[in-house]
Amino acid sequence: MRVIVDGQAVTAERGQTVAAVLMGHGRTSWRITRHGGRPRGLFCGIGVCFDCLVIVNGIPDVRACQRVVVDGDDIRTQYGAELPEAGT
Amino acid sequence: MTVLVVGAGPAGIHAASSAAGVGADVVLVDSASRPGGQYHRQPSDAPRTGALAVVDHPRVKWMPETWVWAVERTDQGFRLHAQVGPADAPGRPCIALDGEALVLAMGAYDRVLPFPGWDLPGVYTAGAAQAMAKGQRVAVGRNVVVSGTGPFLLPVAESLLGVGARVRGVLEAGSPVRWALQPWLLRGSLGKIGELAHYAKVLSTGKVPYRTRSAVVAAHGADRVESVTVARLNHDWTVASGSEQQVEVDAVAVGYGFTPQLELAIALGCRIQRALDDSDVVVVGRDQATSVPGVFAAGEITAVAGADAAAAEGVLAGLSAAQSIGSSIVDKQVSLIRRKVLRKRDFARALAAVHPVRSGWQSWLVDTTLVCRCEEVSLSAVRSAVVERGAAGMRALKLLCRVGLGPCQGRICGRNVAELTGLPDIPKRPIASPIRLGDLASEPDGSGG
Ligand SMILES: Cc1cc2nc3c(=O)[nH]c(=O)nc-3n(C[C@H](O)[C@H](O)[C@H](O)COP(=O)(O)OP(=O)(O)OC[C@H]3O[C@@H](n4cnc5c(N)ncnc54)[C@H](O)[C@@H]3O)c2cc1C
Ligand code: FES
Repeated sequence: MRVIVDGQAVTAERGQTVAAVLMGHGRTSWRITRHGGRPRGLFCGIGVCFDCLVIVNGIPDVRACQRVVVDGDDIRTQYGAELPEAGT
Repeated sequence: MTVLVVGAGPAGIHAASSAAGVGADVVLVDSASRPGGQYHRQPSDAPRTGALAVVDHPRVKWMPETWVWAVERTDQGFRLHAQVGPADAPGRPCIALDGEALVLAMGAYDRVLPFPGWDLPGVYTAGAAQAMAKGQRVAVGRNVVVSGTGPFLLPVAESLLGVGARVRGVLEAGSPVRWALQPWLLRGSLGKIGELAHYAKVLSTGKVPYRTRSAVVAAHGADRVESVTVARLNHDWTVASGSEQQVEVDAVAVGYGFTPQLELAIALGCRIQRALDDSDVVVVGRDQATSVPGVFAAGEITAVAGADAAAAEGVLAGLSAAQSIGSSIVDKQVSLIRRKVLRKRDFARALAAVHPVRSGWQSWLVDTTLVCRCEEVSLSAVRSAVVERGAAGMRALKLLCRVGLGPCQGRICGRNVAELTGLPDIPKRPIASPIRLGDLASEPDGSGG
């Protein structure tokens, strides 16, 4: 299957988490912190730390380590605290 | 009559199968899409065999992707409030699940001690490295160092090797020679000696150095980890001066034991106590009963002792829960499993004795080191809230410097902040699993299940 990562189509496999897709394509970070503007990616891997937050299909604050991808998912880097896109 | 089981790790699946085996109806819920918890993690296309087949048992209702965010007592028993569907998706249906007995088996997560640079991408918990390797076949780095304390570091190194990573070393901060000097600590857990021999072989085949009294005490890099400082530790875990070495790596896996996930147990009012490894655990009696009638607990939430212990406790908790709602069980079956559980508890005690976290870790931090990753609160901010602004309790401290107020609700920093400040941690968190405000408004008030 294919998903979009920051505008680019990449391949993904069934059962992969968003974090696994991102890391499989060489990304180590996909969020910028609110105060310090620092990059963050995976940390605890099991849904506890909330470091891995990412935007999926316009919805921010999705834990990349917990969310399993589906075909066509639109995954975007999250900058600080973002609001959901209008209409979603 | 229904037994609700929260968590489908080794403890939960064994509780579900033993309860169903003596005739109880079981509802087994887990936020994951597959049963198995942290231990039986497998790629999503692997067949469900052995203990995992419990989800196909006719008396077990298996509810995957079910995120329990609250629990309450009802006249008949207990009600779980959960959301069903993909992680953090808005608009997932909220459901209520009712049962007459409840088995809590939520497991634990890694404890990580902070050090300069631990917030850089490329620093992972040991469990994260393990979960990515076992469940997703992804190596968190090409060139990885594993650091922390406890036997869990060994399977993590093995899994990393298995997905093609080069493991530059396993650094054990403690001095587990005590296992060798005091072998009676392993009494009743002879299998563990075989395990240690297995890992010794894995490390030597993979040419992985194993060093005790050593740790990663700093990570460096601009936007990700490029190198780490590795140091020898004194007995109290302060850095042995002059022992620091810079090692180029692209990832670090860190684990200093585990912290049990107690939210639902605390919400129900179950008695909690401080275990020998300084984690808070649910107090259980000999049949896994908590202090709240009808509520049983099993696995890492009662003591961190590994998957076998969790499974044995699960069997006992499932039987006891079923019995509490009228199933009859054979006493002989119970006394056998009870003995097994007691042996496992000995092992938990031994683990805590051999792998204590020593306070010298606090000297690894510098003023700018983040203590709270979520709210980006530095050590100096925490210190000044205590020293200059006189925070006298954890609540005041949080309000003064925002430590522990981010989305993880202090799960990651709570124990570390408590040690750094001497103020007791408050592990009480009203929401066990995040729920979006819009969804909260649509929560049903009737019963379901
Ligand atoms: C990331 C990680 C990886 C690990 N990997 C290994 C390993 O490979 N080998 C090993 O020997 N040990 C491993 N461990 C140690 C492990 O904790 C135990 O050995 C064993 O898995 C504990 O069993 P358990 O049943 O108590 O808990 P777990 O296996 O942790 O199971 C708890 C389950 O409860 C679910 N849960 C928790 N809260 C909720 C909620 N609110 N709603 C719904 N579901 C919920 C979780 O999704 C999880 O599946 C790992 C630990 C961690 C943290
Ligand atoms: S990595 Fe911790 S929540 Fe995803």
